[in-house]
Amino acid sequence: MNGPILRMLGIEKDFSGVKALDGVSIEVERGKVHGICGENGAGKSTLMKVLSGVYPHGSYDGRIEFEGEEAAFRSINDSEAVGIVIIHQELALSPYLSIAENIFLGNENSKRGVIDWNKTNLEASSLLARVGLDENPATKVLELGVGKQQLVEIAKALSKRVKLLILDEPTAALNDEDSDHLLDLIEHLRGQGITCIIISHKLKEIRRIADTVTVIRDGKTIETIDMHGPDATQARIIRSMVGRDLNSMFPPREPKIGAEILRVEDWTVYHPVDTARKVVDNASFTVRAGEVVGFAGLMGAGRTELAMSLFGRSYGTNISGRVYKNGEEISVRTVDEAIRNGIAYATEDRKKYGLNLIGDITVNVSAAALATLAKYGVIDRHREYKVAESYRTRMNIKAPTVSAITGKLSGGNQQKVVLSKWIFAGPDILFLDEPTRGIDVGAKYEIYGIINELAAAGKAVVVISSELPELLGISDRIYAISDGRITGEVAGVDATQESLMHYMTAGKD
Amino acid sequence: MTTTTPAKRKPRLAINFRQYGILAALVVIVVLFQVLTNGRLLLPGNVNNLIQQNAYVLILAVGMVVVIIAGHIDLSVGSVVAMVGAVSAIATNVWGLPWWASVLLALLVGALVGAWQGFWVAFVGIPAFIVTLAGMLIFRGLTLVLLTGGTISGLPDQFTAIGAGWLPGFLGELGGRDVLTLGLGLVTCVALVLQQLRTRATLRRLELPRETLTQLWLKNGIAIVAIMWLAWLLSGYSGTPIILIILAVLILLYTFMLNQTVFGRHVYAIGGNLFAAMMSGVKTKWVNFYVFVNMGVLAGLAGVVSTARAGGAVASAGQNYELDAIAAVFIGGAAVQGGIGTVVGAIVGGLVMGVLNMGLSILSVDAAWQMAIKGLVLLLAVAFDIFNKRRSGGR
Repeated sequence: MNGPILRMLGIEKDFSGVKALDGVSIEVERGKVHGICGENGAGKSTLMKVLSGVYPHGSYDGRIEFEGEEAAFRSINDSEAVGIVIIHQELALSPYLSIAENIFLGNENSKRGVIDWNKTNLEASSLLARVGLDENPATKVLELGVGKQQLVEIAKALSKRVKLLILDEPTAALNDEDSDHLLDLIEHLRGQGITCIIISHKLKEIRRIADTVTVIRDGKTIETIDMHGPDATQARIIRSMVGRDLNSMFPPREPKIGAEILRVEDWTVYHPVDTARKVVDNASFTVRAGEVVGFAGLMGAGRTELAMSLFGRSYGTNISGRVYKNGEEISVRTVDEAIRNGIAYATEDRKKYGLNLIGDITVNVSAAALATLAKYGVIDRHREYKVAESYRTRMNIKAPTVSAITGKLSGGNQQKVVLSKWIFAGPDILFLDEPTRGIDVGAKYEIYGIINELAAAGKAVVVISSELPELLGISDRIYAISDGRITGEVAGVDATQESLMHYMTAGKD
Repeated sequence: MTTTTPAKRKPRLAINFRQYGILAALVVIVVLFQVLTNGRLLLPGNVNNLIQQNAYVLILAVGMVVVIIAGHIDLSVGSVVAMVGAVSAIATNVWGLPWWASVLLALLVGALVGAWQGFWVAFVGIPAFIVTLAGMLIFRGLTLVLLTGGTISGLPDQFTAIGAGWLPGFLGELGGRDVLTLGLGLVTCVALVLQQLRTRATLRRLELPRETLTQLWLKNGIAIVAIMWLAWLLSGYSGTPIILIILAVLILLYTFMLNQTVFGRHVYAIGGNLFAAMMSGVKTKWVNFYVFVNMGVLAGLAGVVSTARAGGAVASAGQNYELDAIAAVFIGGAAVQGGIGTVVGAIVGGLVMGVLNMGLSILSVDAAWQMAIKGLVLLLAVAFDIFNKRRSGGR
């Protein structure tokens, strides 16, 4: 058969009025590795979900042709039936089942409901050999590291007679050795005629294995680059990925930067489960009073892990390094200690780590600083109410009263409750992790205003964000993180999206 | 001010409706059985027995609601009641300790049991369901070991008075009624009204939203009628049960603890979202530990009370008490996944079960059917609660 294996034409998809995909077209050659690049939120994952039937035919506009025929997948089962298999960033294996059981889960070798174990284990062995995984098929998946689990996922895909394998950020959670092995395997599979789509933030990897790359930005196809061509450079991909102007969506600000408040030296953190993996690698940085410092990094770079490990060791194991506040070394071994030392961390996952969703605004605002409202362990409820009410007004939280349940507020208002909680805790240093994720433009502007106020009040504010324009718009200084290492430090005025992206995709040499 | 009031009042009324829903259910059940039993349910003797017979569930429910708000469960309390009962009876009758020393010892043993279970739950991280299931077996077994000599009876009068006695009527009688009981009722009513007016004054001074005067007096009116009516009934029987005083103190103390103290707030925070509580600096392990220590102390108290009421210790004491207490808490509106619940709700839930027991017994309904009916009531109460939450928009 000739012609491209896959053609997606003018794909459009919107979520209650917000366009996630706005006419994406992509053509994938048979037996090639096709890279897809784009910033966080550009629409890559949505596109792959459209392709694999997670979003069923009819819920999007546009046309998909697979092997020359129009495809109308209604579910993942439909797409798998024709040989399209997607492996998500979050692996979907059942930890307490064996490798063989996982490979054939939902697709068991059975006769009248009774599993043929000999056949299962035999076939599993040969699949494991194909992906180069030297393990007993009876081994439980939880005994494997993430890298090997990834290989089991690929073996599972092979068992389904895969023709088009889609890998979403396959190396984000892997160490260098496992990443190398995986990339070798992808090349090997290409040799066997399996077509591969790989979504990755790591441009080095893309350059190494991709034959063509399509860049997506703001839900549109920007260009498709032949990676064997003369001008297929990392810089060109970066330019395509970010090429957009900064809007004037940031409130003006006069920075008044004072003395250094926080200094972190040689901070190293290991993964809590995969304890051999460094998630934060020898990071050192400083923050000064009245300064807004940005942390730029792609997903999985270790930004959140850095902040959470500093905040009372809420993440990671085997943490080492030193933290100084106003020149004196401090200990931040527990959350309580971190708070007492004037550090606050507003999480990126407000539903999981930030809010008591069944509690009202009052109890959430006071949660981190109850002691200041209490005498002999008894809370002054009236004062607490007044405090909550003052934050509701000051932060413009849209709720009838502070007795409103936080779970029922919109994302932007929930975020304001989280910020209120940490501002009320009276910290000197605030880490704000993705403070504007998932909230609308108006609320974003308000939150930028709050950040400015905090800085004006002499606080040190660290903003972690995936949105480069946001970081450029609000930061005085920006650190770039890649693979757990701080790879660059740029003054806000000098920084460009291109220069940051260069550091963010640096990786290890 | 006037423009903002209506908008502010709406959510408050919704919350109140949910709280009063349980209370309304209790009233309906009481009226239903009063009619079915031709008025025998609320005879003074029955009301007195309702309090004394159910005291153990109510005490356990107070501890259990804290455990459940924190997102745990305690299946061992029935066995702890039996073991503590055995210890207190042995201490009094075999070792010859004075009655008050036995009571203190009983509470201490309860605290130690709670510390043991709290250690496994909070610091080792074993689910409370497992730890307390084990505790249920362990402490029942130890009770059997302690009582190998058979039952221990013949406890001193001061001891049994805790569960089955009344305050001495030293103010004399008036028309055959105990003056002390009537006086206590009156004092309670005055204290209630004064406290409400004081809170209202503080709210006004701080310009915080408050209920309307009509609402306030309606609420207080109903409460005063209920309290005085209870005092009237009890004064015509044997006076104020000592256990009623203990219960009143517990209810006030624990309502205060959950609503007004940092510890209480931390319990709600842990049940509402454990991770968010941790990330707010709450020492979640210690809070969980003390929640179980507290449950142990209250189980110890319930052990003393039920032993006193029975007049002795038997190895089979306290059977199924944990289920009664858990049922009371859930009927009282606590959430299975934690984070929601009140002491008053748990008490009302316990009274619903108590009134059902008594009403069905007066109607001489077979014990087997009584059990089945109580099970259905529990199921319906929680189903009603879930239905209510769905309708109000929360999932």
